[in-house]
Amino acid sequence: MKKVFSRSKLLKDVPTHYCPGCGHGIVHRLIAEVIEELGIREKTIGIAPVGCAVIAYDYWDFDVCEAAHGRTPAVATGIKRVLPDRIVFTYQGDGDLAAIGTSEILHTANRGENISVVFVNNGVYGMTGGQMAPTTLINQRTATTYSGRNPKLDGYPLNITDLLKYLNGAYYLERCSVHSPKEVLKTKQAIKKVLQNQIEGRGFSLVEVLSMCPTYWNMSTQQAVDWIGANVVKQYPLGIIKNGDQA
Amino acid sequence: MGKIKINKEKCKGCGLCVIYCPNKLVRISEELNKKGLYTVKFEDNGKKCTGCSMCALMCPDFAIEVYR
Amino acid sequence: MSKVVKRILITGNEACAEGAIRAGCRFYAGYPITPQNELIGYMSKRMREAGGTFIQAESELAAINMVFGAAAAGERAMTSSSGPGISLKQEGISYLSGCELPAVVVNVMRGGPGLGNIAPSQSDYFQATRGGGHGDYRTIVLAPASVEEFATFAFDAFDLADKYRIVTLVLTDGALGQMMEPVPGSLFSDMKPAKRQSKKGWILDGCRGRKARSIKSLFLKDGELEELNKKLQRKYEEISKKEVRCEVLYEKDSEIFLIAYGIVARIVKSCVEKMRKNGLKVGVIRPITLWPFPNDIISKAVSKAKSMLVVEMSEGQMVEDVRLAVGDKCKVRFYGRSGGNIPTEDEITKILIDSRRGK
Repeated sequence: MKKVFSRSKLLKDVPTHYCPGCGHGIVHRLIAEVIEELGIREKTIGIAPVGCAVIAYDYWDFDVCEAAHGRTPAVATGIKRVLPDRIVFTYQGDGDLAAIGTSEILHTANRGENISVVFVNNGVYGMTGGQMAPTTLINQRTATTYSGRNPKLDGYPLNITDLLKYLNGAYYLERCSVHSPKEVLKTKQAIKKVLQNQIEGRGFSLVEVLSMCPTYWNMSTQQAVDWIGANVVKQYPLGIIKNGDQA
Repeated sequence: MGKIKINKEKCKGCGLCVIYCPNKLVRISEELNKKGLYTVKFEDNGKKCTGCSMCALMCPDFAIEVYR
Repeated sequence: MSKVVKRILITGNEACAEGAIRAGCRFYAGYPITPQNELIGYMSKRMREAGGTFIQAESELAAINMVFGAAAAGERAMTSSSGPGISLKQEGISYLSGCELPAVVVNVMRGGPGLGNIAPSQSDYFQATRGGGHGDYRTIVLAPASVEEFATFAFDAFDLADKYRIVTLVLTDGALGQMMEPVPGSLFSDMKPAKRQSKKGWILDGCRGRKARSIKSLFLKDGELEELNKKLQRKYEEISKKEVRCEVLYEKDSEIFLIAYGIVARIVKSCVEKMRKNGLKVGVIRPITLWPFPNDIISKAVSKAKSMLVVEMSEGQMVEDVRLAVGDKCKVRFYGRSGGNIPTEDEITKILIDSRRGK
């Protein structure tokens, strides 16, 4: 028998700190696989967020820069402008991108910076203990919405990726998920697309990935994948939101 | 036909592979790894594994290798 | 026929920008704020002429983080602002310090706190020299007192920043920034950057031919962060030994020293010239690096002086450093104007005359 599936060489052989059933590990693997397949490891620079994935550089075996919370797109802008022939991507959570970093992501997209963004949306602030995030669903209970998110007090779930659609600088926007094998494969294609866009100089490309957070959703892995399929996708529908190729 | 190898020390017993194995060949076992987590076990007496890699696709901890 | 002396009439802000370009700065990210707008305006044209990157960012906060990225990629990078914007950059400056990234930040101070006003001030001294960000870190702080110095200090700042992989702050005020003064015609053409050390050993430019690396300031493992802090402290000690700059006038025979920096030092100098004509034994100490602060020079001057008068455009900030340097060896008095007001010669002279009569 031949080995048909194994850990990408771009993933260091170390255990991750992520909780059981967390989607970050899957997205890390997909990014490593795509970069390996595109053969761009030696000219890729990833920017890690502040959040659960802050130590992504412990897992990826290519250059990674750390950024202050929410400032990931600004750091990416600085690097990409200085090294335009390198492949620069940001890896951000929903707090990093859609709360404190809203201004940075919006203006980076608006400037059409030729970078790729992988935006992991798991609906809570994982690293700090499961607080409400901009993407927390209505009535969803978190460490800071104990009796459920009440829009009148806590605001509505923010569809930041749809918001970016109206920026001419945003070339490609897609939303995927990792809650089932089919979606994982689609996510891999999307990650390849946003990196390919950058290689071809097409401009700002972002993929939002719905991801499970069993620990802070207080659910089992099964419940978590079901929760995405039944509820999260209603607020955050999957699919291509903007495709510059067809503009 | 196919088979998989599970790296017990990397597995956190999250069960994503258990959920998505089409032939239900993986289950959470009583075996603990060094971290004290229940790890999953691949049992394929009937040789039903096709090496489809659904389990490996879902594994967040890069713990599964698939052979066909 | 008198020899024609070629000179350039230029604002401080623009001279600073040109100095930076001449130092090889090829990345600037900034944001409009008075009294620094001439700098970002000039840079927007000149940087692109020089083949570099100019970005007007969405905020000062984004700008400093763009500078962070450019520095991580090995470019000589700079941002500029005034007090309110520099406050927004403090987080970024702390991260730059924790990652030991070189960068140049220019603060053209205005009246504060809060929105304050747009008149000149020196009330960001604490923020500049103590660091407004979190953690134990220092930034080199250069304080020009003329348009020419604003240009040459901006030029020097890049070598200092790269040499020590440290943030170097050029601290001046709205008056110096916006006023025009003639500078020598060859000031800029003579600016030739020294040979630059390669940054290949630590920058992020893709791991071709080397192991992958990261630039970060998160150190979770036991003892790691303290180790970084000790390394930073050794760096700061070295800088304190080697990079102090200070100007002293009438060191030998002065009984009273006036201590001021930046534009106030010019007022104090003309004041001192007049008083010396009236037989008053008065000297000037002008700190040029506000960090590292010229402690030794000041404490040495104290051995001769009876008293010191610190003059600032603030309610008294550098005076604390002077008192630290002097201890109880002699009396240190303070006179300052805040809210964007500039102390005048008459006010300073009156203070001195009164003090001689033991008021």
